[in-house]
Amino acid sequence: MALVSQDNRGLRLAPRYAVLILVAIMFIFPLLFMAMSSLKPDQQLLNDTNSLRAFLPVGDISLQNYTDAFDRAPIGVFVFNSVLVTGATVLLTLFVCSLAAFSFVFLDWRGKEIIFSILLATLIIPYETIFIPLLLMASQLPWIGTDGLEVGWLNTYRVQIIPFIADGLSIFLFVQYFRDLPRELIEASRVEGASWWMIYRKVVMPLSGPVIATTAILKFLFMYNQYLWPLMVVQEEAIRPVMVGLGYFTDQLNVPWGEVMAYLTIITVPVLAFYLSLQRVFISSVASTGVKG
Amino acid sequence: MASKLTRSNKAGWLMALPGTALIATFIILPFFLAFAFSLTNQRLASPNPTEYVGFENYSGLLGLAIFTLEPERDDTGAVLRDEDGEIEYPRLRNFTRNNPDYPNLQGKREWFSWQSGENRTVILASDVVFMKSLVNTVLFVLVVAPVQAAFALGLALLINQKLRGISIFRAIYFMPVVVSIVVVSLLWRFIYSPGDGLLNNMLMWLSFGLFEPRDWLGTTSSALPSIMAMSIWQGVGFHMVIWLAGLQTISPTLYEAAEIEGARKWQTFRYVTWPGLRNTAVLILIVITMQAFALFAQIDVMTGGGPLDSTQVLVFQAVERGYERNDIAGGSTISVLLFLIVLSISLIQRYLTRERS
Repeated sequence: MALVSQDNRGLRLAPRYAVLILVAIMFIFPLLFMAMSSLKPDQQLLNDTNSLRAFLPVGDISLQNYTDAFDRAPIGVFVFNSVLVTGATVLLTLFVCSLAAFSFVFLDWRGKEIIFSILLATLIIPYETIFIPLLLMASQLPWIGTDGLEVGWLNTYRVQIIPFIADGLSIFLFVQYFRDLPRELIEASRVEGASWWMIYRKVVMPLSGPVIATTAILKFLFMYNQYLWPLMVVQEEAIRPVMVGLGYFTDQLNVPWGEVMAYLTIITVPVLAFYLSLQRVFISSVASTGVKG
Repeated sequence: MASKLTRSNKAGWLMALPGTALIATFIILPFFLAFAFSLTNQRLASPNPTEYVGFENYSGLLGLAIFTLEPERDDTGAVLRDEDGEIEYPRLRNFTRNNPDYPNLQGKREWFSWQSGENRTVILASDVVFMKSLVNTVLFVLVVAPVQAAFALGLALLINQKLRGISIFRAIYFMPVVVSIVVVSLLWRFIYSPGDGLLNNMLMWLSFGLFEPRDWLGTTSSALPSIMAMSIWQGVGFHMVIWLAGLQTISPTLYEAAEIEGARKWQTFRYVTWPGLRNTAVLILIVITMQAFALFAQIDVMTGGGPLDSTQVLVFQAVERGYERNDIAGGSTISVLLFLIVLSISLIQRYLTRERS
């Protein structure tokens, strides 16, 4: 009897798994194709598209495309720039937005409600609708550097970092999380004479692991994948991020597809590996943007 | 009370200041500047001073006119026809170029036209490319928002089963979301290659050779749909996860009750699942709509707006003007229009899906 019901169960589950696998193939095939193609010479890459060989590491396999890609473009520089810009922005976001949220949740001060609701209202503004005026601002903003006062933020790291440090969503995520923390804890520390800064640093932030992870992941994805903004404000090769660096390969008359696939693999696989190792956190981060609208 | 412990104007201000100032400078200020620039002839760099021009930028983008062309007739009043038997009309530019009798047509170009009897009715636009980009963007949103939301819900239901290894599938479905849209666009540009491209070959194989290979991105009728399909493929995992969060808020006891009552699968979905997903549905529609209106990278990487402007979209146009042509005023005007559209659509969605009491 047990055997029969086991079989039944297997039979019943088979179509379900078949559907799941079929859908999975649809999501995975372009990425698999990318990784496999990066190992093949251009001619074979093009020929392989008419069979399943396109998704298999067969034929004339080598890392030649990778060395060629590194010869064609300063990939190391692009990767360094992306890591620097993304890393700096994520760290600054975590600090600035959690600090603001801390103030909004735990402190009372005049004008708090109105400022908070204005910040929330900015959630409706898509970045794409402010990039053009921001471009003009960036060309005229002052900056005090090592050479004294200078004008213009174009072609700098700061123009890629500073405008994206604070945003309504990051503050909102921290506010949501802080609201659920036990208030007694903060009040007790206050009674004991701890300063606000100490409470922020020693009490609240150590308890905020999950929201820090969420905010960091969302900001990381946004920053690393930015394209339009760096395209407009960064012309200098030395500070270009990886997405804009793609132009090196695609602006050719004959696109070297093997090298393109190698470059795409280089800039995508680390992110995918990072995602797969933390996929639960990634997914719950995205889901948390949808908890309250 | 607690308020005494927490009241602190100075500390509160200081801590909120960096975030608030940054948002005020880099989000709120440019937002209002967009409105301001749209009323001027502001350029990125210009020797001439910026001037106030009123709503000139808006009329330059949105100006429309309808005009009926009557056939050319000979002396007897008979309609003139060319060798192919087609009716001959006077040239449109006789009316649109310096014709004092038709000031409203000045500078406009033909957007589209249709035949009505012997006459030909022409819709003229001040900026035909902008009009096409507006229509394409709206079309993109109208298709992508519901289709992507529906697919995402399907996937969420699929992934909400209690099966061994289900989290692996969830991780795979979500994978394209973490990949840059630029990378995805370039990959799909290759997949959509004409002739011997990957998609053509796959469809040939699946149809046992019946399928005619096509130039997906190079044909006006298929370029935009191809980009829609790819965008859905990339974004659907994102919304699957949001649906999933919604699904998991529905109490299991409701499902048990439905099972005891003997409800069918569809009935359970209709009367238990769907009502519980109401708020999620509103949120998802608004989020997808906002994301879809902002499409840019796909166009920039895959088609550059072509062929024949069939994939021109609003953000691409805004960048084309504001950045490529240094016309900050023109780019800002499109940005303002885009914002107003996004705002009104999300207000309409909120209204249509409001709680009915």
